[in-house]
Amino acid sequence: MKQSSVVDLLLLLLAIALLATPAFSDLVLSKVERRIDVTSQIARVTKTLKVVNSGSESVSEFALTFPKFLGNNLAYLSVAPSEGKGKSKRTLVNLSVREADQKGLPDSISVYSVALPKPLSKGDTLTLEVVAAFTNVLQPFPEKITQGEIHLVMLQESAQYLSPYAVESQSLSIKLPNARIESYTKFENTKLQGSELKYGPYKNLQSYSYSPIVVHFESKAAFAVAEKLVREIEVSHWGNVQVTENYNVVHRGAQLKGEFSRLDFQARPNPRGASAFRHLLARLPPRAHSIYYRDDIGNISTSEMKSDSKKTELLIEPRFPLFGGWKTFFTIGYGLPLTDFLFASEGKRFLNISFGSPILDLVTEKLIVQVVLPEGSKDISVTTPFAVKQSQEIKYSHLDIAGRPVVVLEKNNVVPDHNQHIQVYYKFSNINLLSEPLMLISGFFILFITCIIYTRADISISKSSPSYLAKLQWDEVLATLQEVQSIVQKCLATHDKLEASLRDLSRTGDIQTCKAARKSTDSLLKDLSKELKPLLGFLQSFPSASHISPKVEELVVKEKELQEKLMAKHTTVVEGYEKKSSGRDIENRIASQQQKIIALRQEIEDLLEFIDEI
Amino acid sequence: MVIKYESVIHEFDPYFNYRVTQFLSKNGIYEFWNWFDDRTWYPLGRVIGGTVYPGLTLTAGTIWWGLNSLNIPLSVETVCVFTAPVFSAFASWATYLLTKEVKGSGAGLAAAALLAMVPSYISRSVAGSYDNEAVAIFALIFTFYLYIKTLNTGSLFYATLNALAYFYMVCSWGGYTFIINLIPMHVLLCIVTGRYSPRLYIAYAPLVVLGTLLAALVPVVGFNAVLTSEHFASFLVFIIIHVVALVYYIKGILSPKMFKVAVTLVVSIGMVVCFIVVAILVALVASSPTGGWSGRSLSLLDPTYASKYIPIIASVSEHQPPTWPSYFMDINVLAFLVPAGIIACFSPLSDASSFVVLYIVMSVYFSGVMVRLMLVLAPAACIMSGIALSQAFDVFTGSIKYQLGASSNSTDDAEDNTSTNNAPKDDVSAGKTDKGEEIVKERSSKKGKKKEREPADKPSVKAKIKKKALVLPLEASIVALLLLIMLGAFYVIHCVWAAAEAYSAPSIVLTSQSRDGLHVFDDFRESYAWLSHNTDVDDKVASWWDYGYQTTAMANRTVIVDNNTWNNTHIATVGTAMSSPEKAAWEIFNSLDVKYVLVVFGGLIGYPSDDINKFLWMVRIGGGVFPHIKEADYLRDGQYRIDSEATPTMLNSLMYKLSYYRFVETDGKGYDRVRRTEIGKKHFKLTHFEEVFTSHHWMVRLYKLKPPRNRIRGKAKKLKSKTSSGLSSKSAKKNPWV
Repeated sequence: MKQSSVVDLLLLLLAIALLATPAFSDLVLSKVERRIDVTSQIARVTKTLKVVNSGSESVSEFALTFPKFLGNNLAYLSVAPSEGKGKSKRTLVNLSVREADQKGLPDSISVYSVALPKPLSKGDTLTLEVVAAFTNVLQPFPEKITQGEIHLVMLQESAQYLSPYAVESQSLSIKLPNARIESYTKFENTKLQGSELKYGPYKNLQSYSYSPIVVHFESKAAFAVAEKLVREIEVSHWGNVQVTENYNVVHRGAQLKGEFSRLDFQARPNPRGASAFRHLLARLPPRAHSIYYRDDIGNISTSEMKSDSKKTELLIEPRFPLFGGWKTFFTIGYGLPLTDFLFASEGKRFLNISFGSPILDLVTEKLIVQVVLPEGSKDISVTTPFAVKQSQEIKYSHLDIAGRPVVVLEKNNVVPDHNQHIQVYYKFSNINLLSEPLMLISGFFILFITCIIYTRADISISKSSPSYLAKLQWDEVLATLQEVQSIVQKCLATHDKLEASLRDLSRTGDIQTCKAARKSTDSLLKDLSKELKPLLGFLQSFPSASHISPKVEELVVKEKELQEKLMAKHTTVVEGYEKKSSGRDIENRIASQQQKIIALRQEIEDLLEFIDEI
Repeated sequence: MVIKYESVIHEFDPYFNYRVTQFLSKNGIYEFWNWFDDRTWYPLGRVIGGTVYPGLTLTAGTIWWGLNSLNIPLSVETVCVFTAPVFSAFASWATYLLTKEVKGSGAGLAAAALLAMVPSYISRSVAGSYDNEAVAIFALIFTFYLYIKTLNTGSLFYATLNALAYFYMVCSWGGYTFIINLIPMHVLLCIVTGRYSPRLYIAYAPLVVLGTLLAALVPVVGFNAVLTSEHFASFLVFIIIHVVALVYYIKGILSPKMFKVAVTLVVSIGMVVCFIVVAILVALVASSPTGGWSGRSLSLLDPTYASKYIPIIASVSEHQPPTWPSYFMDINVLAFLVPAGIIACFSPLSDASSFVVLYIVMSVYFSGVMVRLMLVLAPAACIMSGIALSQAFDVFTGSIKYQLGASSNSTDDAEDNTSTNNAPKDDVSAGKTDKGEEIVKERSSKKGKKKEREPADKPSVKAKIKKKALVLPLEASIVALLLLIMLGAFYVIHCVWAAAEAYSAPSIVLTSQSRDGLHVFDDFRESYAWLSHNTDVDDKVASWWDYGYQTTAMANRTVIVDNNTWNNTHIATVGTAMSSPEKAAWEIFNSLDVKYVLVVFGGLIGYPSDDINKFLWMVRIGGGVFPHIKEADYLRDGQYRIDSEATPTMLNSLMYKLSYYRFVETDGKGYDRVRRTEIGKKHFKLTHFEEVFTSHHWMVRLYKLKPPRNRIRGKAKKLKSKTSSGLSSKSAKKNPWV
């Protein structure tokens, strides 16, 4: 790089020497003040040009020239007429600037042409404020340093203002970082005041005057360059603007050579890690929320956030300190309240959001901004304060059918000066908002309806298939079983009644009621057993119930037996009372019966339970 | 875990699975089967498609694909992170089904609730633990459920499903051999105990035929499904069950006399045939070096096998036998409930309950051999405890209900009952003697007792008793209930603690609680990120194999060895390099085209599982292949130490040097916080390696091999460099291996 720029310089000088006729009009710059700020990695040049038309014709264009090696690295250029007197910087609208033809000028000069707000007639003066930002013009020298060395960079410029016009008076001041200055080109009227280096003033210079200077100084600035930055701005009309930024960051300063020792870095960070940067500061819009900071292998836990009503500051620390030449990748994302950024005008909505990265002092070599508009947006247009490459895409995200329109803006070599607002206009009807919830609701609705239909409806393929018939039969069997069960339960209940009557007997000694109770239960039981019979026959007729019917039969038989036993017991007891035998006597007599009754009862209950389980 | 840490994939193997899933989602299924991975096992490479169990990756890939086709843009990572928790829910459901088949839905619910919390399974099912086991445990339980279901219903439909579930299990995890050995064992048990039934046949035969065919479809299993010894048991039982089925059939059509004759005839011929077949089989199997058993299976059968012959298997902490506290840690109170569950399973013993008993017995044995198989034990323990708990609750709540009902009837009744039941044991025995002809079961004897004690007791009360077995006194059952609930509460507390503290740490991000809040150690990702962004994409990184998967997945760099320890020699080469002195190591690494060496060092912050602590395994594994590395050279009187007493071989090994390079300058003494001692050799220089990166807490240190021209110059000025480099080369001279 250095060599090539030297060649450039030579070429430039040669070209200037060979310069034939000035192809530009008779403007004269009565006063030029240039201030170059190199405290960060970006060389920011501010010029105040006082233009006087000394020719006869009125002029509507003004040419700005830069040496090619600077012009190639020009990231940002804005020219504004400054009309107010003195320091009142009431900058008006930026003038339109375009890259002009060479017009016979040598290749080593790049020319930009500025359209003046109104033609400058003879004798009129105009003051122009020019702001230009250059990247990559601070060349690290030496190009490779070890961990312990300091980071030196070199700036090449001209002490005299390179202009196609004659300059009457000019001065240059270079603001250097507050650190060591290795060397600088010395002329007679060169002054170093603190960290400010001054050249000039020079009087009455010809057009295309050029005197190269080189300043070699230590820079402690972070040379953080995003090789590629993809910002995705997703607008949701539910109240959120989600910004996701993917950074590929590299340290573009002098490359690290040799070992990296963590020990030195930790123990003596200042001399032995000065060339590295650990932090980047992102200044997010106020009310930013749900901020995250991660990379492709997970969350990065080293970040700090401060927020107040004016701004949100996010101090992010990459996973490792970045030395010269080291790269890293990370993603930051945050949500912004929609109301701060989305506005309506003339039936359209527009998103007003900043273009560049929120990270301070970061140069972006390739910036891609993707504005994802809600599904169903129409009539999309974009206004940007500077030229960008535009295109449109479709993105499919959560439950999209038609996809969301994406406006893609691309720009190379972006500096913080580009952090201006862009406007994306589109039409969107609020009804579209409801489409996705409705879709979800109907989706789940259909799902549940299908489930309901599936469980309720009979969807067997053939009504005569054996499995279907078997199922029907089985249902019948189960129904019959239930009936049987209920009848047996009833029987058991009547048995209980019988027992109760016996107890009453022992208390009251009323034999007649007891007998009556027996009679009634007897008839009841008979009815019940009559009811049981057809059911039993029914069960036996089914082959599928073959493994149940024996049990049921057994149940019925056992139940009968129990009935008989109970009756017998009842009779014995009643007889005993009739014969007025003692309680003990009766008890002794029925003891064996009682045992059998209990055993039977137990068996019946077991059987019932077995049937229950079916 | 996601809340405490972040949505991140855990540990080592999950990173590999994650990488495979990424590949799958990017390139599709056909590319996946043909994937030859050249970024690992350099220079050999690895055929991923043919050597992984694809179940997990395919599952996650399908989920991802399904979500994305619905336009729900989840990243592959998110899907991978949450696969395990989702499947643990399925596993819980499967447990419910299985236990329900065995002991009813009450036990099923209890078992599912227990499984949902059991620490052992939580360790594998936390979000981010994207490992084979995550889906395999579900597949395992579900296969068992379908087996039991088939056994209970005799439905061919379930039998087919069973084979499919088995197929899924084979896809998912090498542990499928557990199924294919456990089920035949159960079948055999059923046959031997005379429980053979057509249902058993339907449950087993289709599983073996279909299952084996399907298993052979999985590339990693392939013909192993019929060739290795792990599967022979199933075939043997398959033959037996056919013989038994035939015998039952013949028995059905022949008269008893004819049958006897036929049996003697068949048995005599059969014996001869069997003998020949077995002889052939044995000869075949014996001709293969390990007798057809894979190393891990062998170490299962013989717990000492691995430590004797294959240090690489023994070196994995997961393959060590567990300690007693780890049982308590992993299954907690379940350990006490399991015996109760087993008893409950025996009354009454059904096919299904005999299966779970067999399952728990086998898994207890296996978990005793390998910590990792604790995972197989956990569901079994949950099922058993679920059964035990639900039975206990049944009894207690039942008796309370009865008591309350009885007391509302008549107060003396309740009193009576409490008095009779104060000594339930006596009652039971008395009842038994009294009613010898009764058909077992306490309840009958209970009833006998009732009658015998109070013959004139009111029948209404007796009806209420029904066959409530052990009617316990009210107070006792309430206290027991409370105790059970407390037990459950302790279990829950323990599980929550284990889930929060012990098992949810992703191991690549460490945290420590300090006075000023949580301190995060994110060194691994720091250095992997450094590797991935600041080295050439084709650079090779050598590290101990533990970090292989992570390096390929997170740093996307080629590694020499990784966690798929398929090539012992290769690992031994790296182990040898790590345990050799610098120069020899440099030569080994250079021959492998290695550019960076990664070591993990915990001495600064006290991270115990670092490379110095693993170093002996490197020596052992290296020494197993390259005999010039001798373990004894690294031990002083049988003790592994790194302080001034350490052997010169140890102090000159590459691992020692890379770990402690310039370590002494941190505190002036070189105090190692893991080993709690000052290091032996403090000041030395590296001649063939240079430090290129060390992470914030020094946990990961990366070194670059110096280019060979340095070596040549060094050779030319051999004498000079020798004298100048001082201590290190002098002691290196003493080392016989230089």
